[in-house]
Amino acid sequence: MWNSPSEFFAMGGYALYVWSSFGICALVLILEPLMVRARFKAIIRRLKQEQLAEQFDKEMSK
Amino acid sequence: MSQTNNFSNHRLVNWFKLSSPSAFYPLAGKLIPFFWVLTLAFGLAGLWVSFFVAPVDAVQGQGYRIIFIHVPASWMSMFIYLVMAAWAGLGLIFNTRLSAMMAQALAPIGAWMAFLSLWTGAFWGKPMWGAWWVWDARLTSELILLFLYLGFIALRASIDDPRRADKASAILALVGVVNVPIIYFSVKWWNTLHQGASVSLTKAPAMAQTMLWGMLLMALCLWMYSIAVTLMRVRAIILEREAHADWVRQSIEVKS
Repeated sequence: MWNSPSEFFAMGGYALYVWSSFGICALVLILEPLMVRARFKAIIRRLKQEQLAEQFDKEMSK
Repeated sequence: MSQTNNFSNHRLVNWFKLSSPSAFYPLAGKLIPFFWVLTLAFGLAGLWVSFFVAPVDAVQGQGYRIIFIHVPASWMSMFIYLVMAAWAGLGLIFNTRLSAMMAQALAPIGAWMAFLSLWTGAFWGKPMWGAWWVWDARLTSELILLFLYLGFIALRASIDDPRRADKASAILALVGVVNVPIIYFSVKWWNTLHQGASVSLTKAPAMAQTMLWGMLLMALCLWMYSIAVTLMRVRAIILEREAHADWVRQSIEVKS
């Protein structure tokens, strides 16, 4: 169907529209799980710090 | 042991047990990689069909290929809303925390799907209709869907008590359900610029078989993707909301 890579990227003159659509979709769909993972790790880190602080408090009050 | 417990223990899968965040959290963790593999498999197959198998359109040339992301994203934006409202409703009826957390986890991905539907629609409308945006029934009702998602998220964020936020946002989600059939049937009910349904349950699809396959594969990809991201997000929400439960403290035990 495509005779050359440049013909593929030109999309029959619709390059701007096709690649903007697929590009933004790819960007959003890739960033979304990365952001969720960062949030998840931040929560784990915070909870661990809270636990450490509690342990520290207990040991101090002994 | 009480009667009800006996009843639930004899099931093959104990659904009552799974409805507790502490049981669902590890299960969701195990399912996530599985859904990512499916997302990748359907996505690669879908993109291959979209760009290398589906023939060029007689009227719209290569520009029509936006359909392969536009239609699946639009389907998912509506479908996720229905699933979100169903979870919110279940949470309202049975007062289960996990149901409300599921609704909360689905809202952002649904909002993204609605955004992508509008975005790809604009980039399809410009070359074909000559306008990025028109106040057409289909486009406007899809925009309202995006606002419903954003309203749901904002309402939750504005209420400090999570259990009250669950209830208030559930009612908003349930009222908003009326918009989904309006989007779906808008092309039939009103004279719109937007073309009619690409795929209909009642009549043979008005398109080449390979185009239909491309759309279905991409829709399956987005479906699996949405499940994977929702499971990831619901785990974060469970940790946040159950932070002081014993099982959370044990599961993230600090090795000292």
